Amino acid sequence: MSDRFTAIHMKEQPAEDRRKNFSEVPCGYTEEEAILEANRCLQCKNAPCIEGCPVAIDIRSFIGHLQKREFDKAINKIYEADILPCVTGRVCPQESQCQARCVLDKKGDAVSIGSLERYVADRDLDRRREALKDAPVDVSGKTKVAVIGSGPAGIACAADLNRYGYDVTIFEAFHKAGGVLTYGIPEFRLPKAIVDVEINSLVQTGVKLVPNALTGRSFTIDELMAEDYKAVFVGSGAGLPQFMNIPGENLNNVYSANEFLTRVNLMKAHRYPEYDTPVKHGKNCAVIGGGNVALDVARTAIRLGSEKVYLIYRRSQEEMPARHEEIRHALEEGMELLALTNPVAYHGDESGFLEKIECVKMELGEPDDSGRRRPIVKEGSNFFIEADVCVVSVGSTPNPLIAMTTPLLETTKWGTIKVDDNGMTTMPGVFAGGDIVTGAATVITAMGAGRTAAASMHEYIKKL
Amino acid sequence: MYKIIEKYSLAPQIEFARIKAPMISKKAEPGQFLIVVACEKSERIPLTIADFDREEGSVSIVFQKMGKGTHKIADFKAGESFHAVLGPQGNPTEIEGEKNIVVIGGGIGVAPVYPIARKFHENGVHVTSIIGYRGKDFLFWDDKLAAVSNEMKITTNDGSVGHKGFVTDVLQQMIDNKEPIDRVIAIGPPIMMKAVADVTRPHGIATTVSLNSLMVCGMGMCGACRVTVGGEVKFTCMDGPEFDAHKVDFAELMQRLGMYKDLEKDAHDEYKGDSNE
Repeated sequence: MSDRFTAIHMKEQPAEDRRKNFSEVPCGYTEEEAILEANRCLQCKNAPCIEGCPVAIDIRSFIGHLQKREFDKAINKIYEADILPCVTGRVCPQESQCQARCVLDKKGDAVSIGSLERYVADRDLDRRREALKDAPVDVSGKTKVAVIGSGPAGIACAADLNRYGYDVTIFEAFHKAGGVLTYGIPEFRLPKAIVDVEINSLVQTGVKLVPNALTGRSFTIDELMAEDYKAVFVGSGAGLPQFMNIPGENLNNVYSANEFLTRVNLMKAHRYPEYDTPVKHGKNCAVIGGGNVALDVARTAIRLGSEKVYLIYRRSQEEMPARHEEIRHALEEGMELLALTNPVAYHGDESGFLEKIECVKMELGEPDDSGRRRPIVKEGSNFFIEADVCVVSVGSTPNPLIAMTTPLLETTKWGTIKVDDNGMTTMPGVFAGGDIVTGAATVITAMGAGRTAAASMHEYIKKL
Repeated sequence: MYKIIEKYSLAPQIEFARIKAPMISKKAEPGQFLIVVACEKSERIPLTIADFDREEGSVSIVFQKMGKGTHKIADFKAGESFHAVLGPQGNPTEIEGEKNIVVIGGGIGVAPVYPIARKFHENGVHVTSIIGYRGKDFLFWDDKLAAVSNEMKITTNDGSVGHKGFVTDVLQQMIDNKEPIDRVIAIGPPIMMKAVADVTRPHGIATTVSLNSLMVCGMGMCGACRVTVGGEVKFTCMDGPEFDAHKVDFAELMQRLGMYKDLEKDAHDEYKGDSNE
């Protein structure tokens, strides 16, 4: 039973079941569960939770409305700051943001703000689906602005620009919109039906969406500015996959996380041959890395049918950047964590297919720049892991194409685009935000950056 | 949607399609490629641009029916539309001050070689085209290519037209005859491109090949198309598709092209089974 200090945990699909399907793992609250959980909130005057939110959702107010079963008021309060609550309620690392500031966290469980956000947002989905039947809003004659990329940063920016009264066009390189929400985050963490509603809602407010448009090839930013676009927002993300440059990395069945996840999430390879794109999951699948993406890959491989899924991570479990909930879910589903282990070479058969991964054992030394203890190789500890598929998930950096084709755009040595406090780049009228500026980060920080840029673009255009 | 203006067979298993795509045609240059998604459930398939018409706002593709994906594209008719076409992708072919160029096309590779030859020809470069086919019935675009070449040489495996043998025989002959060659550009099956590289390497003749790696995204985000060139890993879609032939690891390229061979055959058999019903 619940008391003030014990959270109502969302029910989850049992690990044995969910290993075999791509349906969502947490099942969502019932109304009674949501009210019980909301009632744990102390409605603190200073609401420290709000400071923990990168987009400053008025958490106290929305939970306050929920306590009174004012569901419409609750969701509208969230929409003021966050137009993708169905998404952020699921994928935000609340435990290190809002919930980490919750007063109750010191004495027991923090209020499950993310779960409540999801409940309130999901409750509004039917209404939003119904509203999609109306005709799109006509924005012709309004000032034109462009948004590059339809991921979280682009969506948030476009939505605000639309509200400010602009004729917004989003250019997306893929054939389907959503960016990382579509190609990256798996169905079992973020159902694509939800992403579709978010995108369709945006289009219905009058935002135009142009797919199959790769900025830098299809057109340049200079060309957009020379057309009618008064300002441009670049939210193209951090899409360039990193490899480790170790021998054998180009063997068959060694994937980047981006490729593996794109094949499944965007191209629906898990429904092959109904869909044409194949993917190999292997009997023994090894995943290199310790972030959320690595865990998304590992949990996808389990669902595709790999008998063994190893997560190879060079530090210890404590240092893993992934969310604790993801690690727990993956371990419950049967993933085997090989911590303090690092690959040094891939070995293949005579046809060039991966057979085994040569690894070394690691130990932790002094803390490095990131504050985490530096992993050091244990000399002579080489050993082999039998694996016929490996997915390298050690991060991604910005795609250099936009910077390369936009002379006035300055970048950092990491390839990210330089912006000022208002999100404006070194090219007047061109703004940027999200992973292209920060390097790989979270959905919510990208959304925050998109909103900041939208406000700055509005100010900028007013002064033209 | 990307409407198919015209669609027909050029030769056995070789298909031509002209697609309405104004945004792409505006930018398309010889040497670049497209990603075609035939219908919602289709793969993203990279196909080299065979031609473009900026006035009409169209781009053309020539492709060989090989697996399920290309058969599916082939089953589309004029008037129908592809789900998605992305492009132009990759870097265009650059003229680097050459006076004499040899372009080599093998089979399906004759198509992308055509706009490249045309570009050099229009810029006053002396173009020798060497094109190879399996036999007489497989010839296509030899006439188009002849119109933009100063010299034209055809080879067939069976000798039914032109020289009996391989494109490399003719190339070797030119080299032996000390004909001036500033650069060779070869597009065709990997084994042919490797053979061309082997012929020109001892003579230090600059040689460019256009690689046909497997791809998913075609925009540098997935790395499916990675190749080793001069000991460095490159992405065909972003860094290529053209590379210095003498530096390409062809063995690795061919190995990686075989990654889905087993699955491809199953899918293809199943697809053709369906359409025969």
